[in-house]
Amino acid sequence: MAIFVNENTKVIVQGMTGSEGTKHTKRMLKAGTKIVGGVTPGKGGQSVDMDGKLIPVFNSVAEAMSATGANASVVFVPPKFAKAAVIDAIDAAMPLVVVITEGIPVHDVAAFYAYSVSKGKTQILGPNCPGIISPGKTNLGIIPADITGAGKIGLVSKSGTLTYQMMFELRDFGFTTAVGIGGDPIIGTTHIDCLRAFQDDPETKAIVMIGEIGGDAEERAAQFIKEYVTKPVVGYVAGFTAPEGKTMGHAGAIVSGSSGTAAAKKEALEAVGVAVGKTPSETANLMRKILNG
Amino acid sequence: MDLFEYQARDLFESHQIPVLAGAVATTPEQAHAAATKIGGKVVVKAQVKVGGRGKAGGVKLAENADDAKTKAAAILGMDIKGHTVNKVMIAQAAPIDSEYYLAILLDRANRNFLVMASVAGGMEIEEVAHKTPEKLAKVGINPNIGIDKAKAVEIAKGGQFPADVIDQVADVLVKLWQAFIKEDATLMEINPLVKTSDGKVIALDGKVTLDDNSGFRHPEHEVLVDHESTNPLEKLAKEKDLNYVKLDGQVGIIGNGAGLVMSTLDVVAYAGEKYGVKPANFLDIGGGASAEVMANGLSIILGDSDVRSVFVNVFGGITACDAVANGIVQALDMLGSKATKPIVVRLDGNNVELGRKILNDANHPLVQQLETMDGAAAKAAELAAK
Repeated sequence: MAIFVNENTKVIVQGMTGSEGTKHTKRMLKAGTKIVGGVTPGKGGQSVDMDGKLIPVFNSVAEAMSATGANASVVFVPPKFAKAAVIDAIDAAMPLVVVITEGIPVHDVAAFYAYSVSKGKTQILGPNCPGIISPGKTNLGIIPADITGAGKIGLVSKSGTLTYQMMFELRDFGFTTAVGIGGDPIIGTTHIDCLRAFQDDPETKAIVMIGEIGGDAEERAAQFIKEYVTKPVVGYVAGFTAPEGKTMGHAGAIVSGSSGTAAAKKEALEAVGVAVGKTPSETANLMRKILNG
Repeated sequence: MDLFEYQARDLFESHQIPVLAGAVATTPEQAHAAATKIGGKVVVKAQVKVGGRGKAGGVKLAENADDAKTKAAAILGMDIKGHTVNKVMIAQAAPIDSEYYLAILLDRANRNFLVMASVAGGMEIEEVAHKTPEKLAKVGINPNIGIDKAKAVEIAKGGQFPADVIDQVADVLVKLWQAFIKEDATLMEINPLVKTSDGKVIALDGKVTLDDNSGFRHPEHEVLVDHESTNPLEKLAKEKDLNYVKLDGQVGIIGNGAGLVMSTLDVVAYAGEKYGVKPANFLDIGGGASAEVMANGLSIILGDSDVRSVFVNVFGGITACDAVANGIVQALDMLGSKATKPIVVRLDGNNVELGRKILNDANHPLVQQLETMDGAAAKAAELAAK
C-alpha cells in the first residue's frame, strides 16, 4: 500500500501545455503514472502528444474530471495564475491537488488553503513541493522515479533535493511512499498528516522525517509522534549551522530567535524518542540499524 | 523583504493610517532641514532592521533643528548589533498618554493570519505576552473573510482597550488589514500605537515585512529594496537571479535545492571543525539549472576573496548533472587564469554518468570529483585549510 495515492490514481496535469508541464508529464508517464488529461483554460478540445501517447486537454478541472474520472491533479501553473488553478480544482471537488509551482504569493496560498478547508473535499499537497511518489506505482510531481524502488520506508520531507538524497542513501531498502510537503510558510499537507497516514499504512514499517529550520512544524510533529505514532521514526533537520536572521532560499526557512532552530527541533524530536541524525548519511545509518534489527 | 521604519511609516500614511510627520535623512544637514520643516521638538531615530536600538542609544529627543543636527551626527555611522546606521528618521515629537500594541501577521501553524492587540504596548510587549497573556488578544483571521469594523471593535475590546479609544483603534485595525492585503505583507506591526494627550490614536513606530513572492504584482516595491547595505557579492548574485547568501567562512558552496544546500553547509561545517574552516556562502542554483546558471554561480563564488576552496554538491532531480558539469567547464574556460581555487564536485542523480564523464574528459587541474557528499565535504574543508 501507499499513502494518499496508488497505482489506480487517475491524474490530470494543470498547466500541462506549458514547458515545465509538458516535460514533467512525459516523465510521469514514463514512471507509470496514469495521466488521463491536462487542463489549460482556452485550450480545451486539443490533444497533446506525449512521447506517442495522446493526452486530451480540457478547459476546466470539472470538465476533465467528468470526462476522465480523474481523482488527483498536479499543478505546474506559473505563480501568477496558480491561485485560480487551485480554486478551479477545489470548485470541482478534486480529492488531491499537488501544487508543484514555486513562488506563489503567500496571500494566494492562504486564500486557496482556507477555501479548501471551507469546501472540505480537497487535500492540497504543497505548494513549492516536489510532489509524491510511490515507487513502482505512481509518481505525481517531479521526484526522479529511478532513484529507488518500492520498499518499507515512508518518507516525509520539506525539501525536494533532500528527499532525493535520502531516497538515494536508503536505496537498498526502498519506500512505500515519499512525500515532499514543501518549504513554504503555508502548506496544505503537513508532516503530521503524513505521519498519521504512514502510521495507518500496514506496509510502512518505519518513517523518515526531514525538516528544515524555521517555524515550529517539527516541534508539533514531535508532539504528534508522542501521541499517535508507534512505528520507529528517524529524523533529520537541515540548517544546524545556518546563521540567524538569514533567509536560506525557502520563505519558510527563516530563523528568528531561538525558536525554529535546527537544535530546538532536534531536541524536541529526541525528547519523544526519535533518533535524529546530524547529516543525511548519519540519518540513513540510523534507519539502516532499525530495519536490520 | 523587511522595511525600515521610515518606509513603514510612509506605507502606513499611504493607507490612511494616522502617523506623525517624519522624514528620512542620511546627513546631519538633511536632518537639520527635516527638523526645521517639521518644527518644534523632534525625535532622531536610527534606521536599522534590528531590535533594541533605543537601548543602544539610537533614539534621541532633540529640542530643535540645531540639536537634531547634533544628535543625527552622533547616531549616523553608529554600529547597532552589527548594523551600521546609514539613515535616521526625523519624527515629530508628541506628548504620549498611553502606548498600545497592534499587529497582523502570517500564522504558519494555523495557516491563516493572526491579529494581536493589546492595551499594554511599548518595549515590553514580549513580556506582556509571556506574563499577562490575558492582556493580549490573539484572533485568527480567515483570509477570505477579513476584518470589518465590527470584527475590529470586537478585537479591540478583547485587547482591553479603554472605551474612549475603541472606535479609533478599530478604524486603524481595519485600515491596517486593508494595507496588509493590498501590499501582500506577511507582517504589519504597530508598536507603539499611542494615544496622545489630546486623545488621538497614532502609529508611532512600525515594522513591515513584504512577501518577496508577490513582487510580480508590486513593481512599486522595487524602490524599497535596500541596496546600500546589501553585500556586493549578494547584489551581483541577485542581478544574475541567483539565490545567494554571503557567510563568513572559507569553503564556497554551490548546490541545488535549499534543503540540500543547507544540509551541505552543515556537513562542511562539521568537516571543517578540525581545520578551523566554515562555509563561505549559501548558493542554491535551483531546479533545472542550465550550464549558464552554474557558470554564473561559480564565477561569483570564485570572485569571493574569502573563498579558498569550492564544493559543488548536486543531486540531479530536474537538474541534469551534464548541465552542471558543462557549467563548471564553461566557467573555468571563461575565467581562465583568474580561476585559482580548487573545486570539489559531487554529482548524483539525473544524467550522473554523463556529468562525471564531461568533467573527467575536461581534466581540469583545479577540479576533482568525489563519490559521496561526506567525502567531498571533507576534501573541500581540507583544501580550504591549506
